[in-house]
Amino acid sequence: MEGIWTAVAFYLLAATIVVSALLVVMLKNIVHSVLWLAVCFVSMGGLFLTLDADFLAAVQVLVYAGAVCIMVVFGIMLIQRGNMGSTNLFNNQTKAAAGVVALVLVVCGYLAATTPWASPAFAVPEKTVESIAEIMLTKYVIPFEVAAILLLVALVGAIFLAKEVKKADAHND
Amino acid sequence: MVEFALHHAWLVPLLPALAFVAIIFFTRPWPMLSALTAVAGIVGSFIVSALAAYGVFTNPAFKEEPLVYAVRWFSMPGLQIDVGVQLDPVSAMMIFMVSMVASLIFIYAIGYMKDDPGFSVFFSYVSLFAASMLLLAISSNLLEMFVAWELVGLCSYLLIGFYSHKIAAREAAKKAFITCRIADFGLLLGLLAMQIVFGTLNLVELSEKIANFEQYTTFGILTLIAVLVFIGPIGKSGQFPLHVWLPDAMEGPTPVSALIHAATMVVAGVYLVARTMFLFHEVPGAMELVAITGGFTALFAATIAITQREIKRILAYSTVSQIGYMMLALGVGSMTASLFHMWTHAFFKALMFLGAGSVLHALHHKADVWEMGGLIRKMPLTGWTFVIGGLAIAGIPPFAGFWSKDEILAVTLESGHYVLFVMAAFTAFLTAFYMWRLIFLTFFGEENPENHPHESPAVMTLPLVGLAILSTIGGLVGTPWAPYWSEWIFFGHPHHVEPNYWVMIGSVVLAAAGIYLAYQLYYVDKAKSRARALAQRYNHIYTILYNKYYIDEIYLWFNHTIVDGAAKLFYLFDIYVVDGIIVNGLGKLTCLLGEGIRVSNTGRLQNYALVFFLGVLAVVVLLAFTGPSAASLIVGGVK
Amino acid sequence: MLTTISLAHYMVLSALLFGIGLFGVLAKKNAIAVLICIELMLNAVNINLVAISKYLTPALFTGQLFAIFVITVAAAEVGVGLAIIIAIYRNRLSVNLDDFDWLKW
Repeated sequence: MEGIWTAVAFYLLAATIVVSALLVVMLKNIVHSVLWLAVCFVSMGGLFLTLDADFLAAVQVLVYAGAVCIMVVFGIMLIQRGNMGSTNLFNNQTKAAAGVVALVLVVCGYLAATTPWASPAFAVPEKTVESIAEIMLTKYVIPFEVAAILLLVALVGAIFLAKEVKKADAHND
Repeated sequence: MVEFALHHAWLVPLLPALAFVAIIFFTRPWPMLSALTAVAGIVGSFIVSALAAYGVFTNPAFKEEPLVYAVRWFSMPGLQIDVGVQLDPVSAMMIFMVSMVASLIFIYAIGYMKDDPGFSVFFSYVSLFAASMLLLAISSNLLEMFVAWELVGLCSYLLIGFYSHKIAAREAAKKAFITCRIADFGLLLGLLAMQIVFGTLNLVELSEKIANFEQYTTFGILTLIAVLVFIGPIGKSGQFPLHVWLPDAMEGPTPVSALIHAATMVVAGVYLVARTMFLFHEVPGAMELVAITGGFTALFAATIAITQREIKRILAYSTVSQIGYMMLALGVGSMTASLFHMWTHAFFKALMFLGAGSVLHALHHKADVWEMGGLIRKMPLTGWTFVIGGLAIAGIPPFAGFWSKDEILAVTLESGHYVLFVMAAFTAFLTAFYMWRLIFLTFFGEENPENHPHESPAVMTLPLVGLAILSTIGGLVGTPWAPYWSEWIFFGHPHHVEPNYWVMIGSVVLAAAGIYLAYQLYYVDKAKSRARALAQRYNHIYTILYNKYYIDEIYLWFNHTIVDGAAKLFYLFDIYVVDGIIVNGLGKLTCLLGEGIRVSNTGRLQNYALVFFLGVLAVVVLLAFTGPSAASLIVGGVK
Repeated sequence: MLTTISLAHYMVLSALLFGIGLFGVLAKKNAIAVLICIELMLNAVNINLVAISKYLTPALFTGQLFAIFVITVAAAEVGVGLAIIIAIYRNRLSVNLDDFDWLKW
């Protein structure tokens, strides 16, 4: 019985994800796109729950739905002017892009469907957070630290890039 | 000492070469020091040569087996080239003669070139020339000889154009260089053919291989090689039809004319043919070609010399004519007589050129013999030594020229070339005539009041005296009664020409007749009215002779119409086909292609990403459906 | 078949999401929209990673750990990307990618 509920949950979440992602792409107002993006991210968190990754689900909601979406909205606020109804349009290579995407989908779908996957030997342990913490701080401690430095660098870089250029720079050189 | 000289014969070309380097790099600012360096170099070389020659000519073993010292120059598969020195009677005679004449001329040049701004440079050039000429003489390898051959050509070019402020000198230098280059091309082809056919250019090996040439090649190819090789001497030794550069070469300083364009370099052609006699000996046709070329040139140049007016020009045509004699002797198969004439000719012709230089020096380079006269009273030493030279070249016994010319006439008659013999005999008459015309006009008769001649300094007259002595006694080494020369200098087997008294008497009579005719026309007849009348009467012939048979004009016509016309055709081809279609066409095609392909370069990232994803897709498909091996062909290191 | 959810289901979902994201990246004019779509593509990758972690290597957690790193990098990328867009906007007063065609001759 549990399998059925999992299946139902999967189909619901998958449908939400695909529809919201399509809306993100299709809508003409970029603010609406971002809102649907948040929906997409939250459902992705749900999808992670069905995959027994509860810590990751929490991170997904926190980082993506929380931080990234808000940041993007701030970005839009800083740079968009005028009529928001036509801020998110297609360019003139839409048809070619659709062709490439269709090809990607065909290839990926075919490969996913035809590859014989090994069946799981046993179930996922319950305590995911502890397990993740253990390998993250032992085996993968160096990538972990590097990721931390990367975030710092990105922070500094973002500040530097987005900082307003002072007129005073003119008489520096 | 003699042993040392024999085993260190490479010093002979090296010493003047060192002098050249020393002058160029160190002593150039001090003219006298430069001259002394050059003289020291050549005299040192002369001493070594003399000792080596003594060693060679006292040891009969050298007749059979030359002494060769060689080192490997370079080698690659199928090609080994040695350089070295080869001492045998011929090369020993040659280096002895060259270094002796060169020493005297170097000393003379100290006086002649005095106060010339290019004094040091002159001595560096002549040192380089002496080194190259001695290397040419002593080479054991034909490629080495060719290098020296080109080097003497270069020195000749530099020295003809020594007074480069004069347009005529520059033009003459170019003419000499280009004419010799044309001939050298034939020689080079001949050498290459020999290398290809026989696989060596060493003289000793080559002489053995060519003696059995049937093993290597056919008679036709050998004939071709011989003719090609002979083209080089035609140019270098001023034989018809490439003689045109030699009279013009007299634009150079007179010591140069004496050294290069009379005594040594121009006989290099004779020497080369003598050195490769083993080749010509196998090809009777080529021998005939040599004989006919020589005989014809001798007569041809002598006729031109009769009418010329410039002192050095007369001597130049005389040189061409005398080298013709040497070629004739080679062609009828007597290397002995040919090299004997080369030996004596070096002395009396150098003597006469230096005498002419002394005259020009005194008259401030007024060259027309008709404006001279009576110089013997003011310049007795120059005059009398010149007279000795005149007697020698005319063939009056016992002077040097008599013995060698007589031997040439005798061997020509003996070999059965009667036409050539008559031509040579007539040439002997003409030689005596034009040379004594020159002497009577220059040194005897009435003095020209415009001239204020004075005798040259001792540094110039002493070499004249030395050469005059050599011109007198130099022939005694090869008289028919005491044939030392033919015992040593020969090809094949020594061949003694029996004293042919008829030829001897006949040649003396012809020479005396020539001198007497000149005496009557140019000395007894003070006004020269009969000479002028003769010129008037045979005006056509005189004009043709005076203009040297219009050979230069024919060459000019050939150049202007045929060569320039071909050049114009090639120019058009170059402009319209090479430049137009190939060069510019390719450029245009590239531009058009660029214009077309440029459209794809939109600059928009999303375009690029689109194409990029197509490529990724292609790689994925390749990896997924054909396995890693095929994909790795395209992607590279994917395993 | 429909009731048992297998790895292939997740893969197909991931491919769909990736395709939608790719389409947006290739076809949208607005630079921020392109940034958003890149996030979609990264999420598609995350689905794959977590699904493979569950179905193939349940005991190792490396897939989940990689997903965490991807999220980290994505966050950094959004921050820097937005900063770049703002900087370009300040210079050019536009975020329309069709105007940014400087990458040519």
